[in-house]
Amino acid sequence: MTIDGWIQLFLVFTLAVFLGFELISKVPPTLHTPLMSGSNAISGITILGALLIAGESGRSLFTWLGAAAIALAAANVAGGFLVTDRMLRMFRRRK
Amino acid sequence: MTQAAINVAYLAASACFIVGLKLLSSVRTARAGNLVGAVGMLVAVAATLLDRRVVDWPPVVAGLVAGSLAGTLLAVRTPMTGMPQMVGLLNGFGGAASALVASAELLRAVEGRALPGAPVAVAIAASLLVGWITLTGSLVAFAKLQEFLPGRPLPLPFQKTVNALLALAGLGLAAWLAARPDASAAFWGLSAVALVLGVTLVNPIGGADMPVVISLLNSYSGLAACATGFALGNSALIVTGALVGASGFILTRVMCRAMNRSLANVMFAAVGTGGGTAAAAAAGRQARAFGAEDVALAFDAARRVVVVPGYGMAVAQAQHVVKELADLLAKKNIDVRYAVHPVAGRMPGHMNVLLAEAGVPYDQLLELDDANALLPETDVALVVGANDITNPAARTDRSSPIYGMPILDVDRARCVVFCKRSLGSGFAGVDNPLFFNPATMMFLGDAKESLKSLVAELKK
Repeated sequence: MTIDGWIQLFLVFTLAVFLGFELISKVPPTLHTPLMSGSNAISGITILGALLIAGESGRSLFTWLGAAAIALAAANVAGGFLVTDRMLRMFRRRK
Repeated sequence: MTQAAINVAYLAASACFIVGLKLLSSVRTARAGNLVGAVGMLVAVAATLLDRRVVDWPPVVAGLVAGSLAGTLLAVRTPMTGMPQMVGLLNGFGGAASALVASAELLRAVEGRALPGAPVAVAIAASLLVGWITLTGSLVAFAKLQEFLPGRPLPLPFQKTVNALLALAGLGLAAWLAARPDASAAFWGLSAVALVLGVTLVNPIGGADMPVVISLLNSYSGLAACATGFALGNSALIVTGALVGASGFILTRVMCRAMNRSLANVMFAAVGTGGGTAAAAAAGRQARAFGAEDVALAFDAARRVVVVPGYGMAVAQAQHVVKELADLLAKKNIDVRYAVHPVAGRMPGHMNVLLAEAGVPYDQLLELDDANALLPETDVALVVGANDITNPAARTDRSSPIYGMPILDVDRARCVVFCKRSLGSGFAGVDNPLFFNPATMMFLGDAKESLKSLVAELKK
């Protein structure tokens, strides 16, 4: 990758970090656990890399490393979103 | 699908995650936010599956099916009291997945004799280091929370030296791998050191400090994904990983502030190793234990009750009977509120989740400052399985390990009912002078059973 490409990735990274701080600094304590499990679920995004590796033609050791990574990340994603929803369903205001 | 179309899908997914997190910051919109995030993930995964490079389906499908099933089972079957373990475990999965992707990427490059350039190699090394630390650190946290390991801190001899040496070795091996990506000794060495480091970093940390550990590992799982994103040149991974990294870091900071301790102190001080005994010797003072009948009298005379839940409530699964008691008191026109300390329990927001499960409306929950404003005008402060977060020594006793920690001032209420298993000290191993306060009624026993007997008494 070119230097320009790297600089662009770092730009994206820097902006995302600041955006993350802005987005999350005002979350009320009531939502700390769902926030954590929800953000945990999206950190399973690493599954994209795993899919490309495991799905590539020609099998090798890394195919199975990729498949294992898919399984772990998919558990992370499915478990994270579902459990967050399960928790959030329980939060209610006073009637 | 062309690469351009896939990139558009990734952009859409990143936007979904940002909007989802934004919506997650308010109770009314949080469920929608979670759903938006899930849709973003679906879009990103679907687009990747349509990538022309994905041709070998069996490993892909096997991984997706096995992982989704396992995740779904975990999410559906874990009881609410087990949430800290579950969240911890999922953090570990995410970290391990990132480290595996980085490993596979490196092995593939080495096998194809197309060695990655130094920046990619640095990113791979970072992903291995952070990802594997996240995995084993989370597994140790899981084992402690699940009580496979004792919850108290377990420092090894020369703990700090060992960790410092391991960290140095990790950085050295990472530098080696960055310089020589085909050096397999550097790859395996770095992976091994990172796996060990995760254990030795988390093992000495006590159960009461778990909220910090879980938040920090949450942050790491994001950073590992981010590093993998740099290794693959994938901006969806970078954006998402950075968002999660920032979110976990903010939670970590909130937890540390709630204990008035630095992150370094939480990580390395192994609070709770000894102590307790010195203060417990406090010359023959007697804590007074009361039965359900006497405690019921205190409630009968009350106009306002503030419930202070702690980890003990989770252990005894007493949240439902707490709610039953609160409903009963409300019927007697007693104002009932809940005071939730930020580090009560084993993860950020632990008490909020349990009380929500029991059906307590979240607007009855008070944060630290609001609760402390109300406690001097409170007749009964009912402490259920909490200890250190109510310990007035944090305000007054300079020698106490928890000195300076913001606490819930239950000692300022007219009367304190302390629901506790025994007269032992808290998880921080610190003695609580509140037990010997003349206005304190110790209500000893399993929180669930004690409160049940109290409810029965109040119904008479």
